[in-house]
Amino acid sequence: MKKEEIPQDKTHLSKFTREVLYAKNKKGEYEKLLSQGWDVKNDALDNEWNYLNEQIKQAKDDVLKGKASPIYYFTKLRIMDLDVLAAYTGIWKFFVKRHFKPNVFKTLKNNTLQKYAKAFDIKIEELTKFEEYID
Amino acid sequence: MKNTLINKDFKHYQSAHCENGVTTALLRHKGLDFLTEPLAFGIGAGLFYIHIPFMKFSGGPAISYRSMPGLIFSRTCKALNIPIQRKNFNTEKKAQEFLDDLLQQNKIVGCQVGVFHLSYLVKEYRFHFNAHNLIVYGKQNDNYLISDPVMEHTTILDSETLTKVRFAKGTLAPKGHLYYPKEFDSNISKETIRKAIAKGIKTNVFFMLKVPTAYITGTRGIRYTAGQVRKLRNKMSLRKAGLYLGQIIRMQEEIGTGGGGFRFMYSAFLEQAYEYIPDENLLKISEELTKSGDLWRNNAVRMASVFKGKTTEQKHFDEIADIMIEISHIEEKVFKKLDKLKIK
Repeated sequence: MKKEEIPQDKTHLSKFTREVLYAKNKKGEYEKLLSQGWDVKNDALDNEWNYLNEQIKQAKDDVLKGKASPIYYFTKLRIMDLDVLAAYTGIWKFFVKRHFKPNVFKTLKNNTLQKYAKAFDIKIEELTKFEEYID
Repeated sequence: MKNTLINKDFKHYQSAHCENGVTTALLRHKGLDFLTEPLAFGIGAGLFYIHIPFMKFSGGPAISYRSMPGLIFSRTCKALNIPIQRKNFNTEKKAQEFLDDLLQQNKIVGCQVGVFHLSYLVKEYRFHFNAHNLIVYGKQNDNYLISDPVMEHTTILDSETLTKVRFAKGTLAPKGHLYYPKEFDSNISKETIRKAIAKGIKTNVFFMLKVPTAYITGTRGIRYTAGQVRKLRNKMSLRKAGLYLGQIIRMQEEIGTGGGGFRFMYSAFLEQAYEYIPDENLLKISEELTKSGDLWRNNAVRMASVFKGKTTEQKHFDEIADIMIEISHIEEKVFKKLDKLKIK
């Protein structure tokens, strides 16, 4: 890549920093340079987030329809998967998966809910009174 | 403890890749002024390729373009005869106390952290990725002074957030991991540097060409990915295939590094290596590897065009796979040439 080919596109990256790239200057030597971002990368990131946001919306609908528990919704919202959530809560994957079911969720004790609330960085009420808190 | 601890001599060093950057800044702080990111990357033999089959990373392919986290720092220090200290912790409290202690001793410290809770990044970048690296160089009241090498400037994290990121959970969980070079004589001779560079090149040749599981690693690993890309369209919906390619781009290019970026960085390393090992071949090989970096980037453009719905036929997937094969052949030639160089 040549110095003048370094992309300077307005991207999510340019909201908080610029990134280092190595490219060749006119003398044909590599130089450490800064880029605001590259549309191609940004599109890949947006594409991923579109997909994740759809999943989050779907999860919300599922909870409101009684097909899944609020734990399932917050797992999606915090872009976690079973492994990550199990690691943060210290609850076995097998059980976490069960807690995604609304009828099992209703039987959960307060200290279990507390573990989930901590992992999601939310108040316990956001789990127990999901419909009141969700916008 | 005093309210303010700042290491005033510390200079922030921005880099394309976090571990290179931390390694470079930690060692430059100790007086190794010659060290640059490309040199640390090359001596640490950071260039790699692995596509782990059956494993998924946030739903997409598990591909990495660099060596295992932690290796660049270890290898670079070892090659330069620098003793290092690494430590993990069982409890958050001990991890913080140990860090405070080191800051009290006026040390600067490398930490492995998770990205998800890093408050200075925008939301779009915050995934559950746990092998990020940064430097803590001081503390002011409850705030830690942070030098994150991918950031243009230094930042801060309050103690609660720093603990959170140091104890991020999931794959590659950092467990409060911290590391720093121990005391050593910073008068490193040109001869030692030359040897370290030669060793770094040899190690990298091994990892790109000679690992026994070669069908998923090194230059042949790239061909494995190419094969997968060819099959994508028949295997899954176009949407999923697009996300798969998007993941390749994101793994490839996220913040400066990845496929293209790493190739340019290694080319820059070979160029800098020439200053220590005056062998013209290094410059020629650097030129060839630059071509591979350009191809990685062109291919990213092609892949983006697939998930944007512009080019979605089988022939377009084949084109992408063909370029990957071409890349693999270029890199194979590059490392075979490096293997033949008479450097020690």
